[in-house]
Amino acid sequence: MSEWLALPVGAPLLAAGLSILARRQLGVQRIVGFATVVGVLVYAVALVGRTAQGEVLASRIGNWPAPFAITFAADTFSALMVLIASSMVIACMAFAAAAGEDEVMLFYPLSLVLTAGVCGAFLTADLFNMFVFFEVMLIASYVLLTIDGTWAQVRGGAVYVATNLFASTLFLIGIAFMYGATGSVNMAQLAGLDLSSAGAVVAGALLFVAFGIKGSLAPVHGWLPSAYPRARRGVAALFSGLLTKVGIYALFRVVAIVYDGDPRFLPVLLLAAGTTMVVGVMGAIGRTTMREILSFHIVSQVGYMVMGLALFTSLGLAGGIFYILHHIIVKTSLFLSAGAVETLEGTGRIDHLGGLARRYPIVAVAFMVSALSLAGVPPLSGFVAKLTLVRAAFDQSSFAIAGVAVAVSFFTLFSMVKIWNGVFWGETVSSAVGVRRAQQVVAVGGGSLVSTVAVAAPALALAIAAVMIGVWPEPLLVLSRAAADSLIDASGYVRAVLGS
Amino acid sequence: MTGAVAVGVLVAAGVYLVLQRGVVRLTIGFVLLGHAANLLLVLSGGTGRRGVPFAGASGQPADPLPQAFALTAIVIGFAVSAFLLSLAFRTAEIVTDDDVERDEDV
Repeated sequence: MSEWLALPVGAPLLAAGLSILARRQLGVQRIVGFATVVGVLVYAVALVGRTAQGEVLASRIGNWPAPFAITFAADTFSALMVLIASSMVIACMAFAAAAGEDEVMLFYPLSLVLTAGVCGAFLTADLFNMFVFFEVMLIASYVLLTIDGTWAQVRGGAVYVATNLFASTLFLIGIAFMYGATGSVNMAQLAGLDLSSAGAVVAGALLFVAFGIKGSLAPVHGWLPSAYPRARRGVAALFSGLLTKVGIYALFRVVAIVYDGDPRFLPVLLLAAGTTMVVGVMGAIGRTTMREILSFHIVSQVGYMVMGLALFTSLGLAGGIFYILHHIIVKTSLFLSAGAVETLEGTGRIDHLGGLARRYPIVAVAFMVSALSLAGVPPLSGFVAKLTLVRAAFDQSSFAIAGVAVAVSFFTLFSMVKIWNGVFWGETVSSAVGVRRAQQVVAVGGGSLVSTVAVAAPALALAIAAVMIGVWPEPLLVLSRAAADSLIDASGYVRAVLGS
Repeated sequence: MTGAVAVGVLVAAGVYLVLQRGVVRLTIGFVLLGHAANLLLVLSGGTGRRGVPFAGASGQPADPLPQAFALTAIVIGFAVSAFLLSLAFRTAEIVTDDDVERDEDV
């Protein structure tokens, strides 16, 4: 089992190469793409099963001795993240295939490279390799974001690339400082070292800022809402589920394993979490397209995840991890619903849409379920996630952050109701706007019953998952609890990685 | 000391260029920032941290690990610079210059 830990990285990279060779045969690309990611998903399920009891698997590539080898390690947290990430890639590729977006050359190879980078970042046990996998993921995302080469994409892409590149540079400088101060970049080895020297403190600050930018924490979140609404629909859904969460995962991993939840960092993280929640949800007010509003809500939701980390109790971390998992599912579903509306109607502008609940009931149901889950309405997954976090905050007597979390939920609900009222409720918009839209619909080739179902199916499947997690949260809560415990007590991780 | 000054100059020049609006200047700025980071990586190794990798040999060799890091980072930086330049090229194709400030909101 553990000797296959490099599979979620290697298989997609190999498949990406294969599908570049078959770049003119869409059918071959589809088979290779889906088969590979389904394979990763199956492996991830097995991995979750193996690590659920707290066992940590580790694999040193080439059997090099411990601190020098390229080490992959999987605890419950890593396994859950790989599982959820590969599921989202499948959903987004299914949407892209249904909406005709995968016909653009290199869609499958780039998605596979992105998958490899994301899985690698989740599985590596080494800061420098984490940097490399971040870059693998980001380079694929740069090209996916700007794949049409339109002015909007190039303009949004410049901001996106510049911000992420800056964060990567900070990450690299942080690694240099860390190595200079301690002589190691292996997270398990760093866990046992004294990190109070000046160099190590600077390294920590640089790493946290870099992860904060990549995770779009306020006040360094501006790149996200300017990039995601301009990407292709399926690509935006893929980004919404995966990219910022990799930054948040890295933050969880480094704070918990390397710095062992140093209480000097936690108040800063808590402040950033609260600010991010409020700034994100406020930014969504006054936006005019579905994807713009949803993008700002990604920012806001990231605050909840970091809130769980900042509390740094078993319950808080479990809540944060549960929140990440729930959020990835629900947010991808919402972006897929928005993508379905744009595919079927040719626009995502709320004032140009109306009455879609009657015409596309499947899309409407998928959107409503996910939107209510995002806001935290029972009995959906968001309710369980937020309840766990608020309970953890009360345990720590952090009433202020609990209050902010609840208040921001109401604003989230308000935003979601705004989209619902504008897009799905009310009368069908006619007039000149309607005529122009009808022409665009012909242009994107949608409208028939079959394609409506196929385009809406991925969003609906994820919405059903959100309901199931909400009604029956116990298994995922137990797994989140196990993941949180392996972060708080890192000894198992350290032993497995260092092989002693 | 020489290393520290070199890193400082590279970062200063890089930050200045990154704050400009043209995509080509942005690219050159990031190339300089990347050089600064790579130089810092090599400097973080120093000498004498690890032994000579041959049995029976003595001496104080330079640490090979950060050199491997820097090599990897250089390759990644090269790829990203190439992408940024293609982005600049595309920008210049659509409008006549590569100024990112001109934004028709979509």
